[in-house]
Amino acid sequence: MQVIATLTRSERQWALIILLVLFALGLALMAAGRNDPLAGHGALVMIAALAAIFAVISGYFTPEPGDERLDHYYDEPSKIGLVLAMAWAAVGMFFGVWVAALLAWPDLTFDAGWASFGRIRPVHTTGVIFGFGGNALIATSFYVMQRTSRARLPDQLSPLFVLFGYNLFCLLAVSGYMMGITQSKEYAEPEWYADIWLVVVWVVYFVIYLRTLARRNEPHIYVANWYYLAFILVVAMLHIVNNLAVPVSFGSAKSYSLFSGVQDAMTQWWYGHNAVAFFLTSGFLGMLYYYMPKRAGRPIYSYRMSIISFWGITFFYMWAGSHHLHYTALPQWVQSLGMTFSIMLLIPSWVSAGNALMTLNGAWHKVRDDAVLRFMMVAAVFYGLTTFEGSFMAIRTVNSLSHYTDWTIGHVHAGTLGWVSMITFGAIYASVPWLWKRPAMYSTQLVETHFWFAIAGTIVYVFAMWNSGIIQGLMWRTYNDSGTLAYSFVDSLIAMHPYYIARTVGGLLFLTGTLVGCYNVWMTIRTAPRTSTTGAEPALAEQPLLQPGE
Amino acid sequence: MEKFERDPHTGYLTTGHEWNGIIELNTPVPRIIYVFLIAAVLFSLGYWVLMPTWPLGTTFTKGLLGADQRTAVSQSLKQAALDHATWTNLIEKEGYAQIQGNPQLMETVRTTGRTLFGDNCAACHGREAKGGKGFPNLTTNAWLWGGSPEAIAETIRVGVNSTHPETRTSQMLAFGRDGMLQRPDMENVLAYVLSLSGKTTSDASANQIAAGKTVFATNCASCHGDDAKGKTDVGAPDLTDAVWIYGGDANSVYTTIWGGRQGHMPTWESRLSPLDRKILVLYLIDLRKATP
Ligand code: HEC
Ligand code: HEC
Repeated sequence: MQVIATLTRSERQWALIILLVLFALGLALMAAGRNDPLAGHGALVMIAALAAIFAVISGYFTPEPGDERLDHYYDEPSKIGLVLAMAWAAVGMFFGVWVAALLAWPDLTFDAGWASFGRIRPVHTTGVIFGFGGNALIATSFYVMQRTSRARLPDQLSPLFVLFGYNLFCLLAVSGYMMGITQSKEYAEPEWYADIWLVVVWVVYFVIYLRTLARRNEPHIYVANWYYLAFILVVAMLHIVNNLAVPVSFGSAKSYSLFSGVQDAMTQWWYGHNAVAFFLTSGFLGMLYYYMPKRAGRPIYSYRMSIISFWGITFFYMWAGSHHLHYTALPQWVQSLGMTFSIMLLIPSWVSAGNALMTLNGAWHKVRDDAVLRFMMVAAVFYGLTTFEGSFMAIRTVNSLSHYTDWTIGHVHAGTLGWVSMITFGAIYASVPWLWKRPAMYSTQLVETHFWFAIAGTIVYVFAMWNSGIIQGLMWRTYNDSGTLAYSFVDSLIAMHPYYIARTVGGLLFLTGTLVGCYNVWMTIRTAPRTSTTGAEPALAEQPLLQPGE
Repeated sequence: MEKFERDPHTGYLTTGHEWNGIIELNTPVPRIIYVFLIAAVLFSLGYWVLMPTWPLGTTFTKGLLGADQRTAVSQSLKQAALDHATWTNLIEKEGYAQIQGNPQLMETVRTTGRTLFGDNCAACHGREAKGGKGFPNLTTNAWLWGGSPEAIAETIRVGVNSTHPETRTSQMLAFGRDGMLQRPDMENVLAYVLSLSGKTTSDASANQIAAGKTVFATNCASCHGDDAKGKTDVGAPDLTDAVWIYGGDANSVYTTIWGGRQGHMPTWESRLSPLDRKILVLYLIDLRKATP
């Protein structure tokens, strides 16, 4: 076990202790929930703990790493995290294509309860947002933080705990949905025990971040770390508040939320929109702020714009969630607040996107030649487009057309495919050769292929949903001469069918690109370096921690 | 140690810091950004003054325009009702025949009825009301519960085997499962029933059909009628026509006789207004006329 070899003897012992506790927790869940689906999750936790115990024991007697380990950054968690991110991407997007196809051909559930739309849709969203996005964020945050702080992670065990603990949470989440375990809160579906586990993992993550920053050897904290830190801190807050709930009993997977009625709706969308803000935006802006200037070899265009956009984004986003509840039972004044803050939010968002694109000035020839940098450039463009669209849709009158329609789905995917996935793929393609000390990716041609699949898929998807959403919205508000609705809901559904097929095709293109990417990453890792010395990109981890002249 | 350098491409100075090779320029924020920021803030301020926005303990700022979405909705509902009144009044007041004689009014019934039917009934009866297995076709003359406007209105109001206290009750008994008929008798009556609509199974003999006729007279006629033409008071279908709810092939009919059938049609009394229900009745009758 390679990873175990990087742990010190005492860390190996601690790992065993933690895993034994985890095993006991699994056992307790299984015993307490023996008449409940909870038992299945108890068993899952036990199996995961057992497998990990076995792994630790089998590596237990490998020689300890010496003190020279402290001369290098600790990149093991980043490597594993990136591989896991790609794996989740493939699985999550596969489920995405499947749910898309379900809407066009409803029989594709094959009459299995676990494959019904309501269950595999959250498998898709959790798989891509938390599985793919979350792993990529954890992996890159460790990588970026160490380098921009010139400080090594405080120890070896806690980052691995965060990474594996987080993946256990994702596993509990998606397997639970298929068994019918859900809180029915969008993007917060996992039940109380999984939520508590995530809190533990997340607090450790936050502490690691603070400890590393505290030990930094740079006088200033780099922008990327502001964003990563905002992501970690705010997600903790959102997660805890929105998931406040009382379980039916310790032997039951089911719980009841502390909130009800319109308060519940508001809490949920305060959470939901800020999940978009701090998970899908803030974290990935952190990624962009490191990988884009690094890859382009250009300075960040404006430090002052970074400041404006960071504080603008963190401040304005917090208020915007109520724009998800326009024209509902939510009091109108809350809606007004959400709408106006959403409009003001556009300015710092565009300042961010503009800052990113201006950073590329002087490096556009690289954007043309290097698909990795092009991924990042396209991401910044889509970030700008999506934030404009978001602010626009938050206006009440626009929302009365767009709400509940596929336009919202199109908007989300412009953001997740165009912005989040593109910046992530860019970052992964940049860091894989750096991490595994390869001169370049296994095949730059395949990166290029992936790029075109991804962009084609995104465009097909988004245009299909824009069309279908606007048609839907218009059909729902068209009246005939007698003043009654001109179309029934079923009529609008029939009008959607061609777009649902197009969306499936778009998703399939995107998935194909991702699979090409998985293959490319895998081959880069597996293929031994073609040259013994490291090539184009200097091996960053080999720089001395302290640069001369400080 | 801070090193301020000038970026040759943009001409701006750096901030003097460096992180893992990344440097930043100290480019001033372009004026246009402040302009937009101020514009967005001014817009918001204006909106806050005009519209309900800020909480004040137990109440909130009402805004100068006095806008309130609740009143807006109830007003537009009231207005819509007024606009509709020209024709809804006629439909509510007049008798079926009178309405059917008014082509303009019937045109309204057609457009409005189509959406009403699509949103409430199509899930079971199909968009064209042509039914499907287990759900009757509403465009034929083979009515289970009667085809007069009043009968249809009543079916829609109380439903069939529904939760309504006055529900219509439809019971096709499970002759096989409940052991009321033995297998040979069931096969005989099956052959007889099929022969009524001109279908015969290949191995059905005249004897079998004759035997089946007796079985029918003792077991089935009470509901389906001596002539097997159905009885609308118990919702028993006509077995001599070509219209089948559960399928007219030997297998399906045998399954019906063996296991019985209890169709479920919801009650609409508490879900659709009398006006909407009346439109639906007129729509269905009109649909049947239009469908050959
Ligand atoms: C849940 C499915 C369902 C829905 C929804 C439904 N129906 Fe029905 N309907 C049935 C079934 C099943 C029957 C046959 C009942 C029986 O066996 O007698 C039926 C019978 C009828 C009949 C009697 C047919 C006859 O031959 O006498 C009428 C009329 C009718 N439905 C109209 C409507 C209208 C109008 C709506 C919409 C407001 C509607 N139905 C919605 C299932 C449904
Ligand atoms: C208690 C009254 C009753 C008796 C007795 C009865 N039926 Fe029925 N039958 C019904 C009703 C009511 C239906 C319609 C069920 C529905 O629509 O869900 C029906 C439906 C059927 C159908 C299905 C028609 C179609 O369109 O699919 C067949 C076939 C049938 N009966 C045959 C028989 C035979 C044969 C017997 C005698 C062995 C019999 N029934 C006795 C009430 C009865």
